[in-house]
Amino acid sequence: MLVPDTARLGADAIVASGQLAQSESGMTGLESYVPLILLIAVAGAFAVFSVTVAPLVGPRRYNKAKLDPYECGIEPSPQPVVGGGRVPVKFYLTGMLFILFDIEMVFLYPYAVAADSVGLFGFVSVFIFIVAITIPYIYEWLRGGLEWD
Amino acid sequence: MNRMNMLLAQEQTRAEVLADDPLWLVLLKAVVLFAFGVVMTLFMINWERKVVGRMQHRPGPNRNGPGGWLQSLADGLKLAFKEEVIPTSADRKVYWMAPVISTIPAFTAFSVIPWGPEVSIFGERTYLQLVDLPVGALVVLAAAAIGVYGIVLGGWASGSPYPLLGALRSAAQVISYEIAMGFAIVSVVLYAQSLSTGDIVDAQRNGWFALLLLPSFIIYVVSMVGETNRAPFDLPEAESELVGGFHTEYSSLKFALFFLAEYVNMVVVSAFATTLFLGGYMAPWPLSAIGDGVLNTGWWPLIWFIAKMLLFLFVYIWLRGTLPRLRYDQFMRLGWKVLVPISLGWFVIVAGIRAIRTDGGVSTTQILIVGAVAIVIIVLLSLLIPEKQVAEDANKIPVTGSGYPVPPMDLQVPTKPRRKVSAGKSATRSELTGSTTGKEADDGNV
Repeated sequence: MLVPDTARLGADAIVASGQLAQSESGMTGLESYVPLILLIAVAGAFAVFSVTVAPLVGPRRYNKAKLDPYECGIEPSPQPVVGGGRVPVKFYLTGMLFILFDIEMVFLYPYAVAADSVGLFGFVSVFIFIVAITIPYIYEWLRGGLEWD
Repeated sequence: MNRMNMLLAQEQTRAEVLADDPLWLVLLKAVVLFAFGVVMTLFMINWERKVVGRMQHRPGPNRNGPGGWLQSLADGLKLAFKEEVIPTSADRKVYWMAPVISTIPAFTAFSVIPWGPEVSIFGERTYLQLVDLPVGALVVLAAAAIGVYGIVLGGWASGSPYPLLGALRSAAQVISYEIAMGFAIVSVVLYAQSLSTGDIVDAQRNGWFALLLLPSFIIYVVSMVGETNRAPFDLPEAESELVGGFHTEYSSLKFALFFLAEYVNMVVVSAFATTLFLGGYMAPWPLSAIGDGVLNTGWWPLIWFIAKMLLFLFVYIWLRGTLPRLRYDQFMRLGWKVLVPISLGWFVIVAGIRAIRTDGGVSTTQILIVGAVAIVIIVLLSLLIPEKQVAEDANKIPVTGSGYPVPPMDLQVPTKPRRKVSAGKSATRSELTGSTTGKEADDGNV
């Protein structure tokens, strides 16, 4: 089979295009993020300004009931000192499954960009990878990890 | 390979032009983008209220400003002068940080959206885009995901049960739908052969990805509604069960910031959908043929882009006016058991076909035959799964997992007896007689 050759060709292509990108742009890469940071600064300045100015311009009238956690008017249920309380296990399970799939996605993006250069060999590799991720997904489905009640 | 080099070359020029922008221009663009986000929020709130109002046969806000269009601005100003109440049980530092964390990523995602082609601003040649990063699509995805930190921290720091529940739901919701969204974007990246948003638009010169990758487009649209916590997927702030959801304990401008973040996120995902699937700033087909593509140059494309974006935003409003909210388990089932497998399967199909076509030397007919066989196998397999469930559920009273009984789906509501006496007549009679039992008397007459 021609598989190793194809793979090497694909790898060469990626290296070549990478060099091309670097040599033509003439940037270290991080410089191109400066406008992004500027926008973050503008948005951040606005947000911080709003958060700080609000208590200064608004009125302040003390009322004990206002400072209680809102529970539709009934006496608030006892809460832990900080934060709202414990988190149902269900959400951790979803979080774990998310990490599983997010890692899969992280690997799919580079493949998608270079799909034409790595060709059929690359596709078969990615397919095996997807199958490997799908097995735990099916397992969790069958064990009822995706049921919400 | 040739095509890839060509695309790469184009990307370089675009990125180079943008890199040569003087600082004042970059700053101007950043400020204009920020202002655009805020103005779009004010516009969207009004537009939403007006359209939903019309859908419910009422006019919507029509008092402040011409046609009521300054209503949301007035609301925003009012919020600034309202008292800020922080519950005693709140974690104050996190409580203050949360709205800021929620707002910043929403605006960040604006930076990579390509609003138009090359134009000249005050004699400076540039693109209508803040920055063209080689990882543009990932920036939007990352910003959408980081935004949820603001919601989770805000809900947790409030020290109150409703916000905590809303925050948890929001976290689970966003991460669930981000998977499907990510897979939908991967297919687009596969065809554009680039993560840069500018290249993705350029790759759609000969056809929109919405047509070429229709399943991806549908999955993206569904998951973008889930990702931004909007109706019918607005479970984090389900008014009927969680009061205000994660922002129950927020007031004044902090609440306004959450609101701003939500609407800016909507604008961002709509703009991103336009970029990915509807050809970005390119003029739609009949218009693109006019005058040898003159409508695709200069400032014209900005109009097409905003028109397409408003189309998505209208879909948001339309959904809100039309569909009731999903139950949480239904919602998670849709995400994990429908959208994720379909998007994954679709990606495998798209990648497989592309790999075989570029590398395998296989003709299109052979691909179609194999595809048809695969579809038949999948359909046959899918027939096996529901069969089992029906057998299980046949003689079971529908009860949710937590044991609360729910009314059966085919519940027969008894029909009301018809009354012929008009409401006005009965009212006058009961007034005349002074009787409190006028209604019963009328019923007796009929």
